[in-house]
Amino acid sequence: MTTHTLSVLVENKPGVLARIAGLFSRRGFNIDSLAVGPTEHPEVSRMTIVVNVDSSPLEQVTKQLNKLVEVIKIVELDPTTSVTRELVMVKVGASVETRGSVLEIVQLFRAKVIDIAPDAITMQITGNAGKIADFLTMMEPFGVRELVQSGQVAIGRGSRSISERSLRPVAVPVPPAHAAG
Amino acid sequence: MSETSGAITGAQSLIKALEAAGTETIFGIPGGAILPAYDPLMDSSIRHILVRHEQGAGHAAQGYAAATGRVGVCMATSGPGATNLVTPIADAHMDSVPMVAVTGQVGAAMIGTDAFQEADIRGITMPITKHNFLVTDPADIPRTIAEAFHIASTGRPGPVLVDVAKSALQAMTTFDWPSEIHLPGYRPVTRPHSKQIREATRLLLEARKPVLYVGGGTIRAGASKELLALAELTGIPVVTTLMALGAFPDSHPQHLGMPGMHGTVAAVAGLQKSDLILSLGARFDDRVTGNLDSFAPGAKVIHADIDPAEIGKNRHADVPIVGDVREVLLDLYAALKTEADAGHTGDYEGWVAFLSGVKATYPLGYDKPATGLSPQYVIERLGAIAGPDSIYTSGVGQHQMWAAHYVKYEKPRTWLNSGGLGTMGYAVPAAMGAKVGMPDTTVWAIDGDGCFQMTNQELATCAINDIPIKVAIINNESLGMVRQWQTLFYNERYSNTDLHSKRIPDFVKLADAYGCVGLACESAEDVDATITKAMEINDVPVVVDFRVHRDAMVWPMVAAGTSNDEIKYARDLAPDFEENDL
Repeated sequence: MTTHTLSVLVENKPGVLARIAGLFSRRGFNIDSLAVGPTEHPEVSRMTIVVNVDSSPLEQVTKQLNKLVEVIKIVELDPTTSVTRELVMVKVGASVETRGSVLEIVQLFRAKVIDIAPDAITMQITGNAGKIADFLTMMEPFGVRELVQSGQVAIGRGSRSISERSLRPVAVPVPPAHAAG
Repeated sequence: MSETSGAITGAQSLIKALEAAGTETIFGIPGGAILPAYDPLMDSSIRHILVRHEQGAGHAAQGYAAATGRVGVCMATSGPGATNLVTPIADAHMDSVPMVAVTGQVGAAMIGTDAFQEADIRGITMPITKHNFLVTDPADIPRTIAEAFHIASTGRPGPVLVDVAKSALQAMTTFDWPSEIHLPGYRPVTRPHSKQIREATRLLLEARKPVLYVGGGTIRAGASKELLALAELTGIPVVTTLMALGAFPDSHPQHLGMPGMHGTVAAVAGLQKSDLILSLGARFDDRVTGNLDSFAPGAKVIHADIDPAEIGKNRHADVPIVGDVREVLLDLYAALKTEADAGHTGDYEGWVAFLSGVKATYPLGYDKPATGLSPQYVIERLGAIAGPDSIYTSGVGQHQMWAAHYVKYEKPRTWLNSGGLGTMGYAVPAAMGAKVGMPDTTVWAIDGDGCFQMTNQELATCAINDIPIKVAIINNESLGMVRQWQTLFYNERYSNTDLHSKRIPDFVKLADAYGCVGLACESAEDVDATITKAMEINDVPVVVDFRVHRDAMVWPMVAAGTSNDEIKYARDLAPDFEENDL
């Protein structure tokens, strides 16, 4: 089993997320992470789906996803030619004595403090999965009180865009109305 | 250019849109949420047939679609009306039947409040429709209907549900039939890739033991003529799945029959021992392949299907061809004809001779019982007397398999059944829909006594609306296929399979009560006369209670989950291929 990152362009319509989530669950695939948001085109949303499967079931799930009428395009992003990021917010216990040590790790990882209380610090960190895992390991000893992750987003390197060609409108002619009898 | 009208209700717009999309017939039942649409329906050119249960409406739309090739339309109200459509929608999804289901929904402001007769039918049917819509803005109605018909009838056909909020039906709008639609995520590929056609042609010429594995997609694509041409050009043997019966004439010498769990020995052997399978609109279903790991171990596979997700789903495809089966067959024919004209043809002589031997040695057959009426005999005679121009529908179970075996199908769209979902109760309403679509054709529902009792209320619909179908109940007073498995695998412990249907109900009286002619037959001598009598009644539906013996079993059989090599042509009797193997 290997991790694959799929970028999925979908029509921005109600129920699309339910269709995609339902398809994964009924075909027996687990989603590691899913992030969804608008794109440069208001009528199109982009999902970044991280799945942990072998390549042959991945091909099947990609084909099944493509059958959904509201799915416009699916691209598997190669980790060597793409950039992935996720955002984590984490709240750890920090007394006057330990606050300095926490802030030192924050600096090392180029994380950011977003809130502070007498006995706690809340930080945000962005990066790839490896960096975030390392950061959380370092935070562990201080006592993690709360943690929230955004899910991974990813984009290909270079000048090409996955949306430029696939979003050209294609009109399908409708047969003229049948004459009412 | 589009057609625009003045201010009308959303309900009027819905009916105008259905008319514009070419709807001639709707099968349905009104109720609260869909009620506004039923008012303009009274003034419409569309014939609405009031059924007795929404499941009947759905199967009737399926039967209409499968018999005619046009989109079948059914209509129901919200909540229970819509959920009663779930079974036929799932059935149409499995068997790729073009169908549009229109349901009423509670008013937009009430959605999500657990209102009276509210059910999230769009959510419920997401996994069993090709696509579905919820319409809350009346301005969206015409475009949505145009999209629904387009999606249902193109690519791999399937059911599309359009759920319309009552508030959208009641609001004022204008009718604007679109001249074009935009579905950026829906672009079915119909033209096969020339490189794959060349590769397939090469494999077909190199193969020594090829077989054409024909599935229901061949019928949906209207490709029977093209299939016959390719088969006769190459001489390659043909098997037709349960969904494809009639796609290739049963009488044709190259036809080996139906493969699968209850397939003929020749068809099962034809796939199992082949070195090349050309799959045409089939999907390597478990009922065809048996144990997948041991299915056709020596075969390469050319898999042609309009749905890319079917290719390689169950069995690796050496040559995948995405395209409409008809276009694939036309291209393959052209390529192989060019080769043949240049003197290049396949050498299949030994293979054809081997399979002819298997076909002659292991024909379909059954033992006549010492006492009582044989169900296979009844169906065989029915097929012979009603002939290949009639349409046959069936339920699910033993009678379905016997109808597949013993009626001889020569033409596409004459055999309608529930293959993928296996829905008991399909036969009567599907026959009703088929008869409405093909009023000049004789339509026989070959049904079991168990299946018949699931949907027989539609006899009332048939009698009242002058839809003279004919029903042959193969009454073995049992859930026969389940009973057969109990005989074979559960030590003859018959748990809950005895229906007592020779005692209750009285099917002749039931037919009479429904305004149909009821006939009964329990001896072989009376079979022909009874069928002939039923054939002569064309003004009202006819129901014949064929009271058959209950211990007949369906053979051949490959037990579930085992290899096709384990096929038995009768109980404990395995064919012997060794002596005449290739």
